[in-house]
Amino acid sequence: MRRVYFDNNATTPVLPDVFEAMRPYFTEQFGNASSIHQDGQQARAAVERARQSVALLLGARASEIVFTSGGTEGDNVALFGLVQAGDHIITSTIEHEAVLNSCKRLEKLGCEVTYIPVDGEGRIGPEDIRRALKPNTKIISVMMANNETGVLQPLAEIRKIAAEADVFFHTDAVQAAGKVPIDVNTIGCDLLSISGHKLHAPKGVGALYVRKGTLVQPLFYGGKHERSRRAGTENVPGIVGLGKAAEIACEGFANGAVDRIRSMRDRIETTVISSIEATAVNGGGGERVPNTTNIAFDYIEGEALVISLDLKGVAISTGAACSSGATEPSHVLTAMGLPPERARGSMRLSLGKQNTEQEVEYVLSVLPEVLTRLRELSPVYASAHKA
Amino acid sequence: MSSKQTIAVAMSGGVDSSTVAAMLRAEGYGVIGLTMQLWNQRRLAGHDGMPEAVQGRCCSIDDVYDARRVAESLGIPYYVVNQEDRFERDVVRPFVQEYLSGRTPIPCSLCNNHLKFDQLLVTARQIGADLLATGHYARCEYDEQRGRWLLKRPKDEAKDQTYFLFGLTQEQLSRTRFPLGDMTKPEVRELAKKYGLSLAEKPDSQEICFVPNGDYKKFLDAYLEEQGEALPDTSGELVTSDGKVIGEHTGIHNFTVGQRKGLGVATGTPLYVLGLNGASKQVIVGRDEELWSRTLNVRKLNWIAVDGLREPMRVSIKIRNKHQAASGTIEMSGNEEVTATFDQPQRAITPGQAAVFYDGDVVVGGGWIR
Repeated sequence: MRRVYFDNNATTPVLPDVFEAMRPYFTEQFGNASSIHQDGQQARAAVERARQSVALLLGARASEIVFTSGGTEGDNVALFGLVQAGDHIITSTIEHEAVLNSCKRLEKLGCEVTYIPVDGEGRIGPEDIRRALKPNTKIISVMMANNETGVLQPLAEIRKIAAEADVFFHTDAVQAAGKVPIDVNTIGCDLLSISGHKLHAPKGVGALYVRKGTLVQPLFYGGKHERSRRAGTENVPGIVGLGKAAEIACEGFANGAVDRIRSMRDRIETTVISSIEATAVNGGGGERVPNTTNIAFDYIEGEALVISLDLKGVAISTGAACSSGATEPSHVLTAMGLPPERARGSMRLSLGKQNTEQEVEYVLSVLPEVLTRLRELSPVYASAHKA
Repeated sequence: MSSKQTIAVAMSGGVDSSTVAAMLRAEGYGVIGLTMQLWNQRRLAGHDGMPEAVQGRCCSIDDVYDARRVAESLGIPYYVVNQEDRFERDVVRPFVQEYLSGRTPIPCSLCNNHLKFDQLLVTARQIGADLLATGHYARCEYDEQRGRWLLKRPKDEAKDQTYFLFGLTQEQLSRTRFPLGDMTKPEVRELAKKYGLSLAEKPDSQEICFVPNGDYKKFLDAYLEEQGEALPDTSGELVTSDGKVIGEHTGIHNFTVGQRKGLGVATGTPLYVLGLNGASKQVIVGRDEELWSRTLNVRKLNWIAVDGLREPMRVSIKIRNKHQAASGTIEMSGNEEVTATFDQPQRAITPGQAAVFYDGDVVVGGGWIR
């Protein structure tokens, strides 16, 4: 059966060009980037080229890029590497688990954490952050784009608050990289984490931007890799893949690839909203990344929708992949004030560079019949329509 | 895909449901494996008397892993559907409440009625399956003459699970298949081996899936503590059947009708629990002879082989899972209540358990003992 993949916020396929760029570093050019000999030098050169490409994607200097194992590691380093017991952290209720659960752990270790709520459109209010400031506030950590709704957060305003209060500012940009232009100087953040596999590089590689002069304690101890900021032999093929993906991401803003994704997303969204009753876009009121739509379908269990579409060959999700299987409805949607039934009846559809118009056509052709069957067999729908 | 129907299989990760999936796949059905996630086995970890991690139980990570592996080896789609909220509402809470009210509940029947053959069947149909198959030992067939779906005892009498299935409606039975009804457990294990299922030798599950080590008292404590509720004080008097107070007890939820041990009083003759009075919190005790009685009242009825009871009917009646069904007569004693009278007195008729009525192999219907 044909498979159509619309769950690119969970992970993306490695693009063929990225794969080709990585291929030699598994076999012929397998050297350790720390070695003196030519095999090592080739690997070192490749890692540094990749660092340059990632720096370019983020508007940073190459020396400010630390390669990591992914977004979770970057978020952990940013938080655990800067705060100590007694410090205060400001974050939001809609962060990814990588930030939320790090904060929960830090609370156990003696830190204070304030979780800033969001409005009905999934946006954090900067003034709420200002009000949460305390004398012992050490860091503000707010994501750039939400993984479930795609809603972009008001980082420019948060930056001002962080600067005025002279506290560190970290942003988890995992869901923004490659989708919207990023410039660490415009954002004004001290730390920014990205993940390779969300932008067509492989899993197991990511990067953390650390502004020059920001002293972050490492999580791993060992060799002097990554300027002693991250011990462990470099994942050379992964890093090369991330570098190539960063180049393709940069090109995507100029060559129309991102615009193409936006127009496909908009087409899906408007078609669904206009042709299927009792639907609404979650977080559709504000600025969003161009690849994500989160749609609530009344009277539907998102789980049954995901399974039904999967059996038709279409991959989507109900919320964050990590929270599937958990009993709670999405913490992001409930934080936006959605009642639990509505949060449970929501689907996230996220596009990537590999998606085509034909695939959009296909999902739009199967969605109505699937939804009709789900609603016909839904006890809630039956009772609502009898009344 | 084959031209045959699509059938969902409720997969627990055990040998029975795994074999069902393999059989139906071999018969050419489009099979979809489903596992209900009903209870987080680690949820009460850390509470007094609760193990840190429970293995080899329903809803444990191991079982989902086993089910997923079977599905993968059969090449069928497989999904875990989360029903923890409903399970807690419709099974766990009533289970706790029944004990605190002096009754002895059967959560498996509640789960079958509210989860497996209700919500899971809805999900199965929503995702495009026409039927739901399970690994229960029971038979289900359409009787042209009566124009009704029948639930019948299985070939393997020792594994008979019809007692837990008496609550199924005609609609549910019409969409349900029990492929193991004509097989014995050894035959199922043999077939599992033939299909190359690595869990052919996996031991049967026995206890209530959410109660670790079968210790329901510790579970009640831990659950109520987690809910921030104090275990209500259900302690009271220990009285004999003629009303004489002979001592105190620690709480009616600690007792079950027929129980002998743990009464905490020493008398010349062995004493047994005859009954529990939820209102007065009294535990009524007496001699073994007093435990035997002939009549019981049954409520919240469900009829399967008949659409109701118009006149007294001769049946055999089963009053708990391990009870040998005994012959008697049932008749309506109110709009929604049956009085059942055994031919011979039966021991320890227990409120909260189900009474299931059989006509030979056929389940006539059943209800809950008042």
